[in-house]
Amino acid sequence: MNMGTRPIPEMLRALHASAAGLGRPIAFMEVCGTHTTSAFRCGLHSVMPENVRLISGPGCPVCVTAQADIDELIDLGSRGEVTLCTYGDMLRVPGKRGSLEKARGDGASIEVVYSSLDAVRLAQSHPHRQVVFAAVGFETTAPATAAAVCAAQKLGLDNFTVLASHKLILPAMRALLSATDRPKINGFLCPGHVSVIIGSDAYRCIVEEFNTPCVIGGFEPGLLLSSLLCLTEMVAAGRVGLVNQYPQAVRPHGNPHAQALLQEVFEPGDARWRGMGLIPMSGLFLRQRYERFNAARRFSLQPVDDREPPGCICGRVISGLALPPECKLFGRACTPVQPIGPCMVSSEGTCAAWFKYGPQRASANGVARLQQLQEVRS
Amino acid sequence: MTIQKAQMYSTPTVAHPPATFPRVVLAHGGGGQLTDILINELVLPRFANPVLTDLLDSGITQDGGLALTIDSYVVQPLFFPGGDIGRLAVSGTVNDLAVSGATPLGLAFSMILAEGLPRQILERVLDSVAATATEAGVRVITGDTKVVGRGQADGLYLTTAGVGKMETGPQPHPNQVAPGDVLLINGSVGEHGLAVMLAREMPEVQSVLRSDAAPLNGLIAHLRAAVPGVLFMRDPTRGGLAGVVADLATRTGHRIVLEERCIPIRREARHAADMLGLDPLDIANEGKVLVVVRPTEAQAALKALQAHPLGHQAAIIGHVSTQQDGLCVLETEIGGQRIVQKPYGEQLPRIC
Repeated sequence: MNMGTRPIPEMLRALHASAAGLGRPIAFMEVCGTHTTSAFRCGLHSVMPENVRLISGPGCPVCVTAQADIDELIDLGSRGEVTLCTYGDMLRVPGKRGSLEKARGDGASIEVVYSSLDAVRLAQSHPHRQVVFAAVGFETTAPATAAAVCAAQKLGLDNFTVLASHKLILPAMRALLSATDRPKINGFLCPGHVSVIIGSDAYRCIVEEFNTPCVIGGFEPGLLLSSLLCLTEMVAAGRVGLVNQYPQAVRPHGNPHAQALLQEVFEPGDARWRGMGLIPMSGLFLRQRYERFNAARRFSLQPVDDREPPGCICGRVISGLALPPECKLFGRACTPVQPIGPCMVSSEGTCAAWFKYGPQRASANGVARLQQLQEVRS
Repeated sequence: MTIQKAQMYSTPTVAHPPATFPRVVLAHGGGGQLTDILINELVLPRFANPVLTDLLDSGITQDGGLALTIDSYVVQPLFFPGGDIGRLAVSGTVNDLAVSGATPLGLAFSMILAEGLPRQILERVLDSVAATATEAGVRVITGDTKVVGRGQADGLYLTTAGVGKMETGPQPHPNQVAPGDVLLINGSVGEHGLAVMLAREMPEVQSVLRSDAAPLNGLIAHLRAAVPGVLFMRDPTRGGLAGVVADLATRTGHRIVLEERCIPIRREARHAADMLGLDPLDIANEGKVLVVVRPTEAQAALKALQAHPLGHQAAIIGHVSTQQDGLCVLETEIGGQRIVQKPYGEQLPRIC
């Protein structure tokens, strides 16, 4: 059942009515950094019923990257022969010895790119530099990395490599639900962009094995609200199902071309996640036939300690086990100007969104607003 | 209102830890919180004086007669949809004078050129400077030229200083802003930064977005003729509308409420910002002015702005609330609320 987009006041009233009928607190988890930011930006939390919460899961690509992987990247970026190409969000993530931004200020050759193919072009135009592409992200950005590797192969480039820490969202969702320290959630708001690639049917396993409702949602305020309403109504009716509320972009089987590209270049393997440890088959690694594009191999990178900054609870935040203000560093030692954990750095990070847009819930504001809307209607 | 200061885990003012940076990073030039840190830590302590510490768009001589301002321009690419570095160099400086309540008298214009710069490019830039100065009704009355070795500068950099005569009557100043006052803007926001960024980073993307770079002294003179009591004006350049309004809230100590549905943003700008993961409110403008007037003059100000070619899409976008918490709060389209803060720093490097 897809509810489409109804007028916002109508959806808000329905959401409050449905929540009131529940008589207990419930929580849904979004596993997409863009959802996190969109929800904060439109003030969604401030209009939600008191007993319905939307908490952030492991959806921000920078935030889920293990500290060891970030340290590896910064070390590599600081090497004289290397030009490191990275998406802008990675620039300020702190490692044990500063960030890429600091390394760039110290003279390292670090380029912010908007597409993986920009890195390939850079390698082509600078044949004497070793160009490394820092490949982070979920199924959304991984096909672009795969395309870059294929392009480099076709061009016969021997000065282009990728340091890949791509992640898969489904194994993380399963790991969360299987953990002993499991977040108390009643459903998932599934990621819009990732679902374009993997398709809506991919979430059936979550619905069936874990008895957890899944709704795939878009990013506009109205689409977010309709997904939340759909989830709440499912819980209220005691139904567990999979609903695609973003059919304009997401098809049941996803994007076969992108999937084929991923299949061609990568194979799944166990990957480390910040705060969640090693999750089986949750990462994408270059296949043997593309091994010459593996920066870890090219530069003989040694495994580094995966120790997170002392006091930082980013790992618990992205697992839905803690809210940013529960961190002793939040807003004090850790701010966007001087970040300690990645969740404060990335534009899609939960801590950054809390810090930038204010507290999640503005007391009874949602109810007050709803009353106003009702008055206007009557 | 329901967002209370006590509930805030942060305030727009960031505590400045001592000696926060051993080296300059790009974000120090972003016009956001990090720029503030650089200025507060290094510049103000050395040059502190009452005129400078007021941190307005222009310094006003203590007799209140003259305004002086200066700006450097390092934008890349030099030419972008809707403008170029020459048009920016005149508009930016003229606008800094105009929003301070001054009529521009003359410009000083300085160029740093890189060895090897094609003559044709320099000619195009200078033609644009001349055309924009004519449009603004101001003349370049002095200048300077330097050339540095190949590779020591990226094409060309410009610096424009401007001197202006202060209008008689009360000067626009944050101190005049009081609860109940109304905020207006002369048109849609975010287009300059997005147009430059798309031109630089994604030249293959076809977009209708164009920089709004324009000298606003004509529009502002027209507004002030209709509404002599303009309380405050500022051009939301780097840091965007968010930066300017959050700054005003911090500085006055009043809460300022913005109405999201009233802020003009082109659909194309919203989509481009979404694609880049940016908030349109944080993005630079070069032909926009935020205006604050008394509530009794709001309609007259709106009419005056809308009657000018650079203000057709002017709108009332918010008001100053009676709450004294120095926050800027956005009433969102779905009826929610969120805080608006000054951006941290580098989002779009070298956009002006």
